[in-house]
Amino acid sequence: MLLFIEQVLNGLQLGFMLFLLSAGLTLVFGVMNLINLAHGSFYMVGAYVAATVMLATGSFTLALLLALLSAALCGLLVEIIVLRHLYQRDHLDQVLATFGLILFFNETTRMIWGRQPLFMDVPEAFAGSVEILPGVPYPLYRLLIIGIGLLVAGGLYLLISHTRLGMRIRAGASNRSMVAALGVNIRWLYSLVFALGALLAGFAGVMAAPVFAVESGMGESILILTFVVIVIGGIGSVKGALLGALLVGLVDTLGRAFLPDLLQWLFATPTANSIAASLASMAIYLLMAVILAFKPRGLFPA
Amino acid sequence: MFELNRKTIILSIALLALVLLPPLSIALDESYVISSMSRVLIFAMAAISLDLIVGYGAMISFGHAAFVGLGAYTAAILGFHFHEDIAMFSFPFEFSGSNQLLISLLLAMLVAAVVAAITGMICLRTHGIHFIMITLAFAQMLYYLFISLDYYGGEDGLVMLARNELPWVDLADDSQFYYLCLLFLVAYLVLSLRLVNSQFGRVVRGCKINEQRMQALGFNTYWYRLVAYVIAATGAALAGALLANKTEFVDPGLFSWHLSGELLVMVILGGMGSIYGAVIGAIVYLLLEQIFAAYTEHWMFFLGPVLILVVIRARHGIYGLLQKWWTANV
Amino acid sequence: MSEIVLHTDKLCKSYAGLRANHNLDLQLLRGEIHALIGPNGAGKSTAIAQLSGELAPSSGRIFFNERDMTSLPVHKRARMGIARSFQVSSVFDEMTILQNLALAVQAHHGHSFRFWSNINRHRSFNQQAHALAEQFGLEQLQDVLAGELGHGEKRQLEVAMTLAGDPQVLLLDEPMAGIGPGGSKNLTRLLDGLRGRYSILLVEHDMDAVFSLADRISVLVYGEIIATGSVQEIRDNPAVQQAYLGESEESAHAQA
Repeated sequence: MLLFIEQVLNGLQLGFMLFLLSAGLTLVFGVMNLINLAHGSFYMVGAYVAATVMLATGSFTLALLLALLSAALCGLLVEIIVLRHLYQRDHLDQVLATFGLILFFNETTRMIWGRQPLFMDVPEAFAGSVEILPGVPYPLYRLLIIGIGLLVAGGLYLLISHTRLGMRIRAGASNRSMVAALGVNIRWLYSLVFALGALLAGFAGVMAAPVFAVESGMGESILILTFVVIVIGGIGSVKGALLGALLVGLVDTLGRAFLPDLLQWLFATPTANSIAASLASMAIYLLMAVILAFKPRGLFPA
Repeated sequence: MFELNRKTIILSIALLALVLLPPLSIALDESYVISSMSRVLIFAMAAISLDLIVGYGAMISFGHAAFVGLGAYTAAILGFHFHEDIAMFSFPFEFSGSNQLLISLLLAMLVAAVVAAITGMICLRTHGIHFIMITLAFAQMLYYLFISLDYYGGEDGLVMLARNELPWVDLADDSQFYYLCLLFLVAYLVLSLRLVNSQFGRVVRGCKINEQRMQALGFNTYWYRLVAYVIAATGAALAGALLANKTEFVDPGLFSWHLSGELLVMVILGGMGSIYGAVIGAIVYLLLEQIFAAYTEHWMFFLGPVLILVVIRARHGIYGLLQKWWTANV
Repeated sequence: MSEIVLHTDKLCKSYAGLRANHNLDLQLLRGEIHALIGPNGAGKSTAIAQLSGELAPSSGRIFFNERDMTSLPVHKRARMGIARSFQVSSVFDEMTILQNLALAVQAHHGHSFRFWSNINRHRSFNQQAHALAEQFGLEQLQDVLAGELGHGEKRQLEVAMTLAGDPQVLLLDEPMAGIGPGGSKNLTRLLDGLRGRYSILLVEHDMDAVFSLADRISVLVYGEIIATGSVQEIRDNPAVQQAYLGESEESAHAQA
């Protein structure tokens, strides 16, 4: 039972990290109708910059600020230089061009930071653990990630449902030409939404840096999870992204933690372990296939 | 007729160059070229098979590599059981693998067809970006499945002890293997051209242009798209089985989304919806990769922006440019 | 003339509480041209989409030759003989006129799982396609890509495609949309030539075309049919005048 609570927390932590990534991605798709495979690159940039600054200065605050800034800046540049030309194109062109961006970003980080992964320590203020229940210690930093995820989710909700900018974003997501007709400066809106998405992805990168290894290509493994999230949630829906992220985070974590034991218990054969391992890593894809088979446009189609 | 001639001349020259490549490269003492060109020919087949659904059916599969991987693993596993003499199954009859190329290829295509039919039934319920993502998801599932198959090497992959056998042909000889690949490629190219110009091909193209209208006309578009999807998968599996023979090694990386992405790049670079374009795309992409790689280990740093430029500037790919050229100044 | 080909029974459609159609009882008689008119947003396109099978009704049923086909998919209805045209031309832009028509013909000739012979040389499809092109005065243009056609010609092709396979019912969704008075006259003449051979449900804003073509007219307002009758009956109907005609003259002028 205690293990279960711990794993649920781990699942939530992964879920909120995925949410940070998918919120931006789903908005970019909803508002600009753009598939951006390179979204994971901003996550990677955030992680690298944070790890580097942290190593050099030891200041987590500075690391966080610079990481967010560089992720947002990267996003802005990419939007202006490349993606702007692709809004009117079909998804295939977007997939390809952003695939090119991935190659470029991955290789650039390799040129700057080398092939060896970087490791970033948990900032001192958040090191150690707290007892969430009597006898159940849990790392403070991981709790922090959950807390920040909640904050960002709340913040995004306020931004989107209670501000002028949010109103425009929502309008843009549901009817692009209408927003243009209303005289909103679409270019500016697009750049802003894109930079915001990149910033959130960079944020996720900073959060992830002390948990995972910081290495070139780290963006892709999580990107695919992110896509699963937004497809499950319904593309363009932030609410769907939140739900999808938590679902994927929990299913993935709990599957990996408990499926092997469960199968062992059921079949008690040596192959059960290997089957369980593969089932666990396939679990979220199975989840996605099942959901799409019944709801081809996701849980909350925009 | 002049425009036709120009096209025919170019195609003949290209074919001639491919036929002459082995003796030439041996004469120039660069025989490694033969082996790497075999790889290019095999990828050209895979790219054609992808073009069948992407270029003609608007089914943008981001998991096509999965079928390449299935084909490759089929050949490798058959070979593994044959050489180790371990039964794969003993009911209804005992079967312990095979090292016959034709059997490998056939079974590879069969396995891919079955998997494509099952996954396709789910994938084709979705459209647009959802289709892209669900094909990716299924490919990822297979990727993790093969990683966890410790019996067949898991993450480390599986070595084929020897290439398959084919009567009268020595596949171990790089030149002969090359010609076999070339033969398969040409045959596959011709078949694909027939396919896209057939009654079935027109229906699939119609589904790409306007599926709603196709249904209103009375076509059950779902089944036509599904059959197209299965056909494309068998082509990729064929290429995969040949690839396993070429490298004599398979690993789960064959299923990776990276390879799926590269196949898409080949199709687009060459010019989708033209069959020939897929071949050109495969050749150019893999050559570019080798050229960049010869100068710098950071070749992706250059390849990435080249891709972006191609997408933004040259919308119909290289074949589109060629076509403009041979239909111009008539 | 009194046999019913297609009829609906209390057909309803609502989107998230918004009523698009309510208790639609529509009867299409064999051989008649039945115009469905009404102001924008009255639910005409929704009705066509339900009849052709693209939209599942929220409730109610649809009968074709006395057979309940409420839950049949689009392609089955098409093969049974219900053809439709689209308000926004949806022809195959990257194919020639002949190929467009041949594809429409092909839809009604068994299955198309034929993988080998070249479809461009299919004599019987091409002949029937050519005949359709001729009937609509498009034979000179038959080798032109549909995407390169003028708007009027596209509209003609759009309607011509519905005739392939000799359907019983034509559902024409604003065939005259945006083609101007000249094109409209031409298409009216062509549709008049189809009279008696097909049962046509015509959704149209062009009142000249409606009054000259229709045997009967149904008026749809806010998703409900408020009147059905001959041209004269509809013209004289005070409720129709009140609810619709005055307004539609304006909108027809605004569109022209």
